[in-house]
Amino acid sequence: MSYAETHEHHHDDHDHKPTGLGRWLFSTNHKDIGTMYLVFALIMFFIGGAMAMVVRAELFQPGMQYVDPQFFNAMTTMHALVMIFGVIMPAGVGLANWMVPMMIGAPDMALPRMNNMSFWILPFAFTMLLATFFMEGGAPAGGWTMYPPLITQLGDGFPFLIFTVHFLGVSSIMGAINIIATIFNMRAPGMGFMQLPLFVWTWIITAFLLIASMPVLAGAVTMLLTDKYFGTSFFIAAGGGDPVMFQHIFWFFGHPEVYILILPAFGIVSQIIPTFSRKPLFGYESMVYATAAIAFLSFFVWAHHMFTVGMPLAGELFFMYATMSIAVPTGVKVFNWIATMWRGAMTFETPMLFALSFVFLFSIGGFSGLMLGITPADFQYHDTYFVVAHFHYVLVTGALFALMGGAYFWLPKWTGHMYDEKLGQLHFWLSVISVNVLFFPQHFLGLAGMPRRIPDYAVQFTEWNMISSVGGFVFGISQLLFVWVIIKCIREGKKADEQVWEGARGLEWTLPSPPPFHTFTIPPKVDEATAHS
Amino acid sequence: MSNPQDTYFIPEPSKWPVLFSLALFLAFCGTAFMFNQYLATGNMPGFGSHLLLLGFVAVFYMFYVWFRDVIDESLSGVYNNQVDISFRWGMAWFIFSEVMFFAAFFGALFYARVYSVPWLGGEGAGAATNEFLWPAFENVWPLLATPDMTVDGLASKFTEIKEVIPAFDIPAINTIILLSSGATVTFAHWALKKNQRAGLCWWLFATVFLGFLFVILQAGEYVHAYNDLGLTLNSGIYGSTFFLLTGFHGFHVTMGATMLTVILLRSISGHFTKENHFAFEAVAWYWHFVDVVWLGLFIFVYWL
Ligand code: HEM
Ligand SMILES: [Cu+2]
Repeated sequence: MSYAETHEHHHDDHDHKPTGLGRWLFSTNHKDIGTMYLVFALIMFFIGGAMAMVVRAELFQPGMQYVDPQFFNAMTTMHALVMIFGVIMPAGVGLANWMVPMMIGAPDMALPRMNNMSFWILPFAFTMLLATFFMEGGAPAGGWTMYPPLITQLGDGFPFLIFTVHFLGVSSIMGAINIIATIFNMRAPGMGFMQLPLFVWTWIITAFLLIASMPVLAGAVTMLLTDKYFGTSFFIAAGGGDPVMFQHIFWFFGHPEVYILILPAFGIVSQIIPTFSRKPLFGYESMVYATAAIAFLSFFVWAHHMFTVGMPLAGELFFMYATMSIAVPTGVKVFNWIATMWRGAMTFETPMLFALSFVFLFSIGGFSGLMLGITPADFQYHDTYFVVAHFHYVLVTGALFALMGGAYFWLPKWTGHMYDEKLGQLHFWLSVISVNVLFFPQHFLGLAGMPRRIPDYAVQFTEWNMISSVGGFVFGISQLLFVWVIIKCIREGKKADEQVWEGARGLEWTLPSPPPFHTFTIPPKVDEATAHS
Repeated sequence: MSNPQDTYFIPEPSKWPVLFSLALFLAFCGTAFMFNQYLATGNMPGFGSHLLLLGFVAVFYMFYVWFRDVIDESLSGVYNNQVDISFRWGMAWFIFSEVMFFAAFFGALFYARVYSVPWLGGEGAGAATNEFLWPAFENVWPLLATPDMTVDGLASKFTEIKEVIPAFDIPAINTIILLSSGATVTFAHWALKKNQRAGLCWWLFATVFLGFLFVILQAGEYVHAYNDLGLTLNSGIYGSTFFLLTGFHGFHVTMGATMLTVILLRSISGHFTKENHFAFEAVAWYWHFVDVVWLGLFIFVYWL
């Protein structure tokens, strides 16, 4: 049943938009808030990207070139914090804001005012974080994992870092609560849980992970704060505490966090691949269960980040086997994506190219993850560039590529205009080639023993570092093209119809492009044909 | 969908969310400046504390105006059943997030008791720790003297605990107080459902009274701990876990009791009907949550 049918008795004047700055500042509209999230993520992407360029410039050759070591460490630390909390997470929430209500046939998010607050916290929080660059002692430089005792030696920036984490936690938790309330309570009649598009499912589970893990991070950094200012000794052995305890608490949050980053990406890819294969998703139910299994297991693997730190042997073994076991549900997902394409009538528009490269390159990251998960092997790999290669494959060619694929996929729906397919594909090919030039050599560097988080290195690592840096600069510059494609799409793209993609299924594709300001003011009816693809 | 509606309710644009974020920003920055100044000069008051005060007032004001809007909307009847259910899910998951926040501190307590203190005392996998750091240190709980005291004695940067607070003293009384307040809030709920307004108000009053009584007794314990027992934030891992766990709990009781007060005032002025009183229930849920956390504290912090 289409949008037009349910809205025939409905007047256009109902579609009034607030105007001016107030439209954005005071918004209660999921589409506007989604847009703000996405634009914010894009801006932060370039800020975090600039920091990465500094890192790659310094590492282009051995010796100290451009920055001092303290600043170099601040660059790696802030790059990670910005990319994780300022880019991947907000972009995922932005997509959820835009798409979840449309996919489930809801008028908006369940708690629209809280939704706006979740967003507006972000600019304030990052103002606090970025301001630390101008403070006595500089920006945080002890790594994004904030291990004590190093991190408590940070200067005036320290409390700002801690409160930024608290602030972002508040935002994430409110956002997650909102998403769960929306999906549980606002589904259109006939939309059961097993009819939800997979993107919606991955967000239910991600939201659960957020609510369960962000408060733990808040607790951990609170203890850092009291250790520094109130004389407590959570992480001080002289008082009976233990610095390693911080690592346990941090990674109890940290590993679920990496799934917070990747699960929405799984969801996006699970929307794109069926569309361009013109086949329903293979093994829908197993996808749901696999996602849930991954999320569940992610709470029992945290100490694979700490194999070399020291743990009883039983702990080392337990966390090794638990880590390996995540490969099973992950394998189910990869299998299903490939099976979806099997004998499909495939075409290769930009979103599909990003989704396909996601499947291949994310798997590479998954495999290097398995290598790292083998306790004795990790004693060799830990804190080397091999780890850096691993998490950039899962995060850049994984999470980020899926988000970009999602942006191309839904851009016509959001703006009502098609993007320039040629430019989109150019952006894809530039990115996918340069990103591999950038990160693949880091595997070799790591295996050869180059440590991570250092501004200088032994001369035998020079060649691969140079190649990696060149890849980095090309990748960085290629992303400007992405911005250009978006601007061009909004300004002069040709009109998109409501279907946009031939193989697209689901409620959101029954709406006009762009959808009206208020989507469903009365509940639409859902039947088999419009349910998940 | 769980509950079909003819129309949906979507609030109008609102100034409060962005201003609330600003208020929190001011409070956070104020606290950060205050801490930095404190570390540099040993003095709290100054620019930071003023900013914090401003932020704090602003946060309170935001709570006030935002909830005022929600209450007005609720009383004017624009909410439907679906909005009610959204609020319920929201509150339930919020409480779950609070549970996980406390879980971090309970985790620290268990880690200290099961791993770090025994290891420092030379047990198990961490035996070498003891050998190299403080060989004379022994694993005991409650940990009265910190490991470094075995070497540094009085020069230690921590304070030695003379005695800890026994469980079956004020803490046991506080347990009874909180548990009974859980009962009184339930009686208030039953009264509301039978439309007995007087019962509602009196039972609520009793709950608020018990809640604040708890806070007062707890504050008394803190004074006693600091002045007489040498039990402070600075007395090693025992003091750290003790004060952060009981402190955050006490803070939550204070918030809960404040929310109950608001509910009491609203009940007195005739808000809530026997079918429609989610605000009451939300606060009651919250109150039961702080109750349960207290039981955990009583058992693992004071008793065992
Ligand atoms: C097949 C699944 C995965 C396995 C088995 C795995 C395993 C590991 C292991 C063992 C480490 C620690 C390496 C070390 O420090 O020595 C690690 C690090 C890391 N992984 Fe994964 N991983 C997996 C998937 C992911 C995913 C999906 C993401 C994010 C989207 C991710 C992000 C990271 C990050 C950010 C780090 C580095 C953290 C740091 O030390 O800064 N991993 N992974
Ligand atoms: Cu992990």
